[in-house]
Amino acid sequence: MTDFNEDKLIEEVTTSDYKYGFTTDIEQEFAPKGLNEDIVRFISAKKEEPEFMLEWRLKAYRHWLTMKDPMWAKVDFPKIDYQDVYYYAAPKKKPQLDSLDEVDPELLKTFEKLGISIDEQKRLTGVAVDIVVDSVSVKTTFQKQLKEMGVIFCPMSEAVKEHPELVKQYLGSVVPTTDNFYAALNSAVFSDGSFCYIPKGVRCPMELSTYFRMNAALTGQFERTLIIADEGSYVSYLEGCTAPMRDENQLHAAVVEIVAHKDAEVKYSTVQNWYPGDKNGKGGVYNFVTKRGLCEGENSKISWTQVETGSSITWKYPSCVLKGDNSIGEFYSVAVTNNFQQADTGSKMTHIGKNTRSRIISKGISAGRSENSYRGLVNITKNAKNARNFSECDSLLIGDKCGAHTFPYIEIGNSSSVVEHEATTSKVSEDILFYCSQRGMDEAQAMELIINGYAKEVLNKLPMEFAVEAQKLLAISLEGSVG
Amino acid sequence: MSLLKVENLQAKIEDNQILKGLNLEVNPGEVHAIMGPNGSGKSTLASVIAGREDYEINGGRILFEGEDITDLEVHERAQKGIFLAFQYPVEIPGVSNANFMKSSVNAIREARGEEPLSAKDFLARMREKSALVEIDKSFMSRAVNEGFSGGEKKRNEIFQLAMLEPKLALLDETDSGLDIDALKIVSQGVNTLRNENNAFVLITHYQRLLNYIVPDFVHVLADGKIVKSGGKELALELEEKGYDWVKDHAIEEQTA
Repeated sequence: MTDFNEDKLIEEVTTSDYKYGFTTDIEQEFAPKGLNEDIVRFISAKKEEPEFMLEWRLKAYRHWLTMKDPMWAKVDFPKIDYQDVYYYAAPKKKPQLDSLDEVDPELLKTFEKLGISIDEQKRLTGVAVDIVVDSVSVKTTFQKQLKEMGVIFCPMSEAVKEHPELVKQYLGSVVPTTDNFYAALNSAVFSDGSFCYIPKGVRCPMELSTYFRMNAALTGQFERTLIIADEGSYVSYLEGCTAPMRDENQLHAAVVEIVAHKDAEVKYSTVQNWYPGDKNGKGGVYNFVTKRGLCEGENSKISWTQVETGSSITWKYPSCVLKGDNSIGEFYSVAVTNNFQQADTGSKMTHIGKNTRSRIISKGISAGRSENSYRGLVNITKNAKNARNFSECDSLLIGDKCGAHTFPYIEIGNSSSVVEHEATTSKVSEDILFYCSQRGMDEAQAMELIINGYAKEVLNKLPMEFAVEAQKLLAISLEGSVG
Repeated sequence: MSLLKVENLQAKIEDNQILKGLNLEVNPGEVHAIMGPNGSGKSTLASVIAGREDYEINGGRILFEGEDITDLEVHERAQKGIFLAFQYPVEIPGVSNANFMKSSVNAIREARGEEPLSAKDFLARMREKSALVEIDKSFMSRAVNEGFSGGEKKRNEIFQLAMLEPKLALLDETDSGLDIDALKIVSQGVNTLRNENNAFVLITHYQRLLNYIVPDFVHVLADGKIVKSGGKELALELEEKGYDWVKDHAIEEQTA
């Protein structure tokens, strides 16, 4: 009769091994370790970039030198030696884009293990996939179909060469190179990422999707994504990630920028499952991400949805700047921390235009000895008349050795706006577990049911095929049944 | 072979010995009522049979269909066909009744080596069984017990009982907090479900329930033991004379 022993539950919950722990053997081409102007030049040269990009990178690098790591987040880790990191790695054999047969078979096997069959993706789901291994895009699909509609969806490295005018206009327009320490670093050394432009009035007919995967020991990953939705357009963008098991900590500092013009809508969904470190807190990915959307035009809308289960350290605040009148910003998040994971995540909503609205729904789940913090800022500026915000921050605790924290900041600059904030903290109670168990469910089944119920409001915001994956991920992250 | 056999069961919580050598035998097709004053151990008995681990069993054993289940986990007992209708059903935020029942039904089927129920069959069964306790369709998409009235929660327990069709159903004070209409609905549900292959153990404080669900046997529990057993007429006698009568009676018997 040990079914409801909480210690046992915690132990089980915290001993689930990382499912995607494996590495593949693809020959790497590294830039030398460390960072200086020569490395920045090397990266730019490798990517055959035009001069303006190199200048942009160098400016960012020089500014980065004057900056310090942010120390305010509630995360604790040894200081990173930025000279001990590789800033460029690419698969040596660059596969042809015409046929899957030409892709490195090792790579295909990797995708198979991850459950990402490009073939199947192509044939069955209608999802255009831009797959990034380490730093270089290897396969872009459905490009032709999108092209006919005027949609540009390509690796960032390609956009820099093929669409320099768009890149010049928008890159850094939402997240400037000087924005923060990690954004500046990313600007200097970003390797690749996705670029997406939806022309006026076009409703993108398929979910655009990128799978990231880090695959080289000691390799920093610096993705740069830029999404531009022109007037009256719509796009839903999916980002999903897993990484192989590694002992060394891996540094990841991505930047995502979104611009939504008048009447445009962008949905950005993330499932993040990078290696979280082992159950003793060894290893794991450092995930320092800057994601920001600008609702530039009237009636525009940007919606962030994220399911975060991986990484040993997470520092991430997908934000919206609501500049256009009547524009809307949304943030839906489930963040799971287990073992020794630490997450400091939340959102910033900056209201500038009149009648702007924002909504923040944050669901934190802490287990093991992890620390899970919500940090959010709702900033309503003086001119943002009749702005409205609703924030809900819920924390769920599993066991008594983990922590949940909430740091909501609210700044209101006018008297016609309304801001609401709700917060709850609860525990997975033994009464609920007993109830489920008495109805025949084992611990794993009961936990899956309870967790998915708790996170439902956020999971419902994900596109269908992602929601299923996310539910599985939540279960895997918190249960001892899958090894 | 008896369905349930409780032999000299002793159980305690922390230093508090609650069950002090309890014996009970239940056969298929029987309905047993267990009555007794507050604190006599009625709810403890139900929890211990279901396997709740807050209690430490420090003597005796529980047999189900001849198998010793004293050390089995809660879900394993449930999968064998033991069902507990809770006195205080819990709320599970965000989990719909339909989803909850689907997980439950399929977990039990899986344990028995059966295929999961198809969505179509499952929905048909939901519809049929919810009619039994007069539950509205909208109930299926509501979160488990969240915002339910006391009566709705108890009806939900009987609905789940109907869905799972257990061999042994323990009803822990299902009648408490029910108005007369809800009591009738719940009782009718139970009467429809009882048959020669299953058995019910009704734990109740009042005789009222037994007007609607007529038991084959009535046991009186006092101070952790069954002190008197009889037919349905015992419940009426209790109602008339009060629990003190049984307690005095039991003491007399012991000292005689």
